[in-house]
Parts: sequence; C-alpha cells; structure tokens
Amino acid sequence: MSIKKFFSIENRYLPPIFITLILLAGNLSFGLLESFSRTTLAIATSMVFEVGLGLLIYRKMPNLASAYISGISVGILMRSPEFWPYALCSAIAITSKYAIRWRGRHLWNPSNLSISVMLLLVPEFVATLSVQWGNTIWPMLIVWVLGALIVYRVKRLHITATYVISFVVLSLLRSAFTGDSFLAEVAPITGPMYQLFIFFMITDPKTTVKPRWAQCLVAFLVAAAEMVLRLAENIHAPYYALAIVGPIANVIEIALTTKVKMKPVVKTELAAA
Amino acid sequence: MALLAAPLLYKRSLARRKAAAVAEYGFTMTESAQAAGIRFNHKAPTLDPKLDHIMEQVASMGAAVSVVDFDRDGWDDLYITNSGEGTRNALYRNMHDGTFRDVASEVGLADLNSRETGVSMGAVWGDYDNDGYEDVLVYKWGKPELFHNDGGKHFTRVSELAGLPQWVNANTAVWFDYDNDGKLDLFLGGYYPEDVNLWKLKNTKMMPESFEYALNGGRKYLFHNLGNGKFEEVSEKMGISSRRWALAAVTADFRGTGYQDLFIANDYGVSELYLNEGGKHFREVGKESGIGAAPKSGMTASVGDILNRGQYGVFVSNISEEGILVQGNNMWMPKAGAGLQFENMANALGVELGGWSFGAQFGDLNNDGFLDLYEVNGNVSLDRNRSYWYDYSKVAGGNRAIISDAASWPPLKGRSLSGYQQKRVWINDGYGQFKEVSQLVGVKDRYDGRSIVLADLDNDGALDAVVANQRGPVLLYKNQVAAGSNWIEFQLKGRESNRSAIGAQVHLFWNGQQQLQQVSGGSGFCAQNQRRLHFGLGKVSAIEKAEIRWPSGRIQKMTGLKANQIYQVQEPL
Repeated sequence: MSIKKFFSIENRYLPPIFITLILLAGNLSFGLLESFSRTTLAIATSMVFEVGLGLLIYRKMPNLASAYISGISVGILMRSPEFWPYALCSAIAITSKYAIRWRGRHLWNPSNLSISVMLLLVPEFVATLSVQWGNTIWPMLIVWVLGALIVYRVKRLHITATYVISFVVLSLLRSAFTGDSFLAEVAPITGPMYQLFIFFMITDPKTTVKPRWAQCLVAFLVAAAEMVLRLAENIHAPYYALAIVGPIANVIEIALTTKVKMKPVVKTELAAA
Repeated sequence: MALLAAPLLYKRSLARRKAAAVAEYGFTMTESAQAAGIRFNHKAPTLDPKLDHIMEQVASMGAAVSVVDFDRDGWDDLYITNSGEGTRNALYRNMHDGTFRDVASEVGLADLNSRETGVSMGAVWGDYDNDGYEDVLVYKWGKPELFHNDGGKHFTRVSELAGLPQWVNANTAVWFDYDNDGKLDLFLGGYYPEDVNLWKLKNTKMMPESFEYALNGGRKYLFHNLGNGKFEEVSEKMGISSRRWALAAVTADFRGTGYQDLFIANDYGVSELYLNEGGKHFREVGKESGIGAAPKSGMTASVGDILNRGQYGVFVSNISEEGILVQGNNMWMPKAGAGLQFENMANALGVELGGWSFGAQFGDLNNDGFLDLYEVNGNVSLDRNRSYWYDYSKVAGGNRAIISDAASWPPLKGRSLSGYQQKRVWINDGYGQFKEVSQLVGVKDRYDGRSIVLADLDNDGALDAVVANQRGPVLLYKNQVAAGSNWIEFQLKGRESNRSAIGAQVHLFWNGQQQLQQVSGGSGFCAQNQRRLHFGLGKVSAIEKAEIRWPSGRIQKMTGLKANQIYQVQEPL
C-alpha cells in the first residue's frame, strides 16, 4: 500500500490502525503487555458486546472501529494479573455507550469510564499503565509525531495541543504549590499512558463537544480538574478528570443545542380536553 | 476480675488457634528470636547528603541472613548483616539447646561496615579451598570481602589475595562450580554502577534510567577459582556482560546437562537466564525462554520442584500495590516438551500477589511432601497514614532524564512506600494450588522484610524460618509440625566435586512420588538456606530410593533409607 493510499484511508480507521501499530511495536520491542491473550480478550469482548447490543437495540450491524479502539485501549492501559478485569472493563465500556445516553448521545468516553469504574471498584485487582516504553526518548518521539499527524488528519490536533500546553503550564503551578521540581511534575506526560490519553481519549469525536473553541475549553478544564486531583495526590487523576469534566460538558452542550420534540400524545390529549 | 482474666483468656484462645492451625495446615510458627538469644536490629546507612530527601528509599537494602555450619558441629548457625556505618554484623553460633550466641567479634566477622569501605548487603558461604570449612563472601555497597575459615575458630580476610575488586555496589552473589572442576567459582551481581560511591556522589544521576527498561546498573563479575586462593575475573570472556540492576541470582541445572545455569532477577527490567554451555561459555536466553519478555521489578530468585515432577521452577518476586502497580510475582514453570521454555504460572498457582515483595524461599514447612513458599515484603514503613506512592509514580513514569536523576525525585517527607505489609506463607496443596496462611499459622509481623532463610535449626526435621528486616529486628519463627508427618534430610559432602557439594542434586522417590532438590550456593534475596536438603514425606515412612547426582557427574543411588533421619553422605570415589 502506498503512503498516499494509506493516508487516503477513511478517517475513522486511522486511529485504530495507529493504535494497533503502537501495540505491536511496543510489545515486540519492549514487551509492554503482560500477555497478548489479555489484550485479545479485551478486544474480543468489546466487539462481541458492540455487535450484540447493536443488533439488539438498533437491529443493524454496527461499525466495529470504535469498539476495537475501546478494547485495545483497555488492553494497553489497564494492568491486571487476572483475565476477568479485561473482559469486564471492555463490557462496561461498550455497554455504557448504549445504556448511558441522553438525547441520542452517549456522555462518557467508553474506555475512560470503564477504566475509572474498575479503578474505583476493584483496585486490588487492577492498575494502569504507569511506566515508560523503553529507556530512550525515541519511542516517545515517534509516538508523539505520528500521533500528532493522525489527530491533525482527523482535525483534533487543537484539543491535544490545548491539553498538553495546559498540563505543562499547570505543572509549573503545581511545582510552585508542592515545592517538588518542575521535572517531577511534568514527568507523567512523558509516559505512554499519556500518549494514549491525549491522542485517543480526549479527542474521541463521539464524546467531545462540537465547537472548536469549546473543545479547547474542555481540554483545558480537564487539565485543570486533573491538577486539583493531583494536588490531592490522586494517582489516576487524568482518568478521573476526564470522567468528571467530559460528561458535564456534553450535558451542557446537549441541553443548549438540542430541541426537545413534543410528543404527539400531548396534542391528542389537548384536543380531547 | 474480668480485666485480670483477659490475658489468660487471650492466651488460651491463642493456644486453641495454634492447635487449629496445626490440625488444618500441619504446622504452626512461633516467633522466638528473643528467647533464642537473637537480639539484632538492622540499621540502614546514611548516604550522601544529596540523597537526604529520599534517603530511606535509596538506603532500603542491607538486612540479610545466611545459614552455615561454620564450626562443623552438625548444627546450623546464622550470619546476619548490618548496614549502618559502624554497626556490626553478627554470627550466631547454635548452642544446641535452642539458643544462639553472637561470636562474630571473636572470629573476626563483625566489623565490616564503614563509609570508607562501604556497608554489608549480604553474605554467601562456600568452601572455596575445599578444606572442609565454609568460607564466606560478604558483598557490600563497597568493597567485597572474602574471609577464609580457619578451622571454624577464626576468619582471615583474603580479599586482596583472591583478587576481588575495590568497589562493587552488589546485592547478590552465589557460589557455584560452573566448569565442574571441583573448585567453587563465584558470581557477583552489581546493582548501582561500580563507579558510584553512594557516600561521595559526583552527581545525582545515579538512579535507574527507566522503571522497567534500565540498562545503567552495575556490572556483573564471574570469578573463576584458580585453586591457589586466587580468582580470575572472566565474565566478559564467558559471555556475561549485562548492566541490568541485579537483585538476586540463583543457579540450577535446568536442562540436565550436569552444568549449572545462572538465573538473574533484575530490578527495573527483565530477568536473565544464562545457559551454561559445558562450562566454557554462557549464553543468555531470557527472551527466547520466555522469562525475559515482560519487564518487572525482580527482587528474589528461588528454585523449587513445586509440582513433584523432577523439574525446577523459578520464583521471582515483584511489586504489587493495590490500584497502582500490579506487576505480580512470576512463577516460571518449564513447559513440557518445548526445549527450555518457561511460562508464568503465578496466577494459576495462587502466588501472584505478594505486595512489594522481597525475599522468598521454597521449603516443605508442613512435611507433607510438597514445597511451600514463604515470602517477605514491605518496602519503606514510616508514617502509616501518608503514602509516597503518588510522588513515586510521577517519576517512575517519567522519561530517562527525569527518573535517572535523584534530584528530580520528590522528597519522601516521612511517608511510607508500601509499608507495614502482611507476609505471605503459601502452602502447596500438591494439586497445583497454593493457599496463603501466614496469619493462621502465626506469621504476623509487618516489618520491612528483606531476606529470609529456611533451616532446620534444632535438627528436629522441621524447617524454621529466619527473617532479616530492614531497619527492624531479626525474627526467628520456630516451626512446630504436626506429629506423624515424616521427613528425611541429606547432608552432602563432595570429594571429587567441590567440598560444599554446591550443585549436587538429590532426586527422592517415595510412595509413587518424586521430588528434586539441589544444594545451593545462594538463593532468595541476599540469602542462603541451610546446606542440608530437607524433604517432607507426608504420612508415608517408606522410601523407595534417592539418586544423587554430584557435580563431578557421578551418580549415587541409595536404598533402604529410613524416614526421620539426617543422612551424612560423602561422594564416592
């Protein structure tokens, strides 16, 4: 496949292709996964739930790109010695898309919500990806450059850029508050967990607000909420920050922009009266 | 009256619980260090002031214990290291009545810890000159020291004659005869690089460059015994050139070649397996064998035939902290019929989650015929209510430039990092499952455990446990095994093989079962178990046979063995 042809692939398939390449390269080079089987389980569960719920509720075969991203995100970002958390987390992610909706839109990024739920409910069995891939800067740079190209292509780079700039500036502020070095405060964003977070979670088209300025505002608010959680020494601050700010922003946007259709039955009742 | 009765009722309840534990699990353990005369408190060193803000985290190792019968009286003694500058190591002589007496100062093994020469991290015993008395290597963050045992009465420092290096920040060493020439060789594994003097830092960039992929640790040494009290350093020549952060090493003949392979558990990265190619070269096969695929924080390496199949598995402890970092321990089991391939069965066997794990040892604690596993844990126990994990996770996930510089690390400020953890005593049910019973059998301490050894200290056929705790006391858990559980022990003495018989294997067959054990020159974390091999037999007392494979290649078969005996076996010529 030529490069030109590759970049002519439909936009929605770029993120899954990119994240798959990250997974394969990361595991072959650095053994980032405990095992392929757990990640495969997460992906398979996501897809099975997507197909099942799509057919059950909408009676049509859903596109599986989104379920694939959710599954692979769970498989990479969550760490557990057990198998069942991968299946459960993926199941929660996909089910949330169908069960938690308001006026036709789902509110949470599926994998963000499900990982947050797992961290809250069964912390004794799960953790998140928290270390570097390798000991050199090259894997990080490659992921950053390719990730930036992909989100640019899908017109989401401004979200990622806003978040990154906000995080760095707020790291300075945290450093002043805590007395810890700026490098210690900014260190987390150099890790792979953040690379997936900023390229795939906070840019998810289905769960971000629509206006460009609002997307930037929400990205900043996620970083701000994360700062508050970090000052409270919460290790999973980015997940929780997005899980709190994301749906609030969506609810506000839905409330402001969606017109509620009057039910016909009301007219009938009025006429009868 | 009620208040007065309370302690009595408590004692009675305790006795009942102990009886229940003996009935259910076949043994109970009672902490009795003070009663046995072991009053030893570990002190940590005070390193360069540039590390003041994370001192307890950096100076978090050095409590170690090893078992030796240094005076050849037939009763195992204990050597315990300290790490505070000016503190003394202890050599507890077994007084044959359940008590011990520290004779380290008398024999010349006490005064080893100073800023100038570094402080002790552990010790391993081996009769390197085959004179019948066990000599000792004390490895340090500093100058490694070799002491010759002069007839069990005194020790003479022979480090210079042996050709040991001036400074190694070592946390592991093992004696083994890699070329089967009858003379013990020595592996010494560096943790911090050898050009780092932790008391006089040139700069603060001495931390690992990655939490799981670090290659900037100390070098490894392989000393070939030349036979005249001198050793030749041959690591590069023999194919061992790793700079991973070694914390534990163990040797075993994994392939039945008659040569000892070398397994290294590394902190901040993958483990390594060096296959011994006929005593002429080592080949690292970690990745292809499966043990070097997923990087973790290896802290201990212990070998055991846990499924009674005549094959060794290797236990490597790692870090697990609820909701933060769940690496899980590794129990590497050989795959059937796949060459030398291992798979991690820790989860399936039930030994995966052990906290911030350090030392662990296999031993049949209840004499039921299956090897159990005792693991100690806990990293830094300071303020119970404040955790350093948040700040630790910030830098642990950071880029090399950040994590490798101690100056980037946020100050500890008296907080704990996986402190006050419950120890793990996993009982092997013989059907592929381990059950954690520490609280039920009496192991209730919450110190920062580092080094553990198992030894039959009173020659009664039950394995006792001795635990060295960082900035804490040494604990002696006396083991009381239920009546009717049988055992047998073998004390091997090499003749053509090295005198310590390190590397010799005993394959025991009884009641349709089998179990393979080996004499080890060091295992666990900074530890060495008793030289004697101990087998539990369950309720059975009839033993079919024992096959001993000596490092010389000689096979010795023993029949007509009786249970509940200690056999002294000399290598036939």
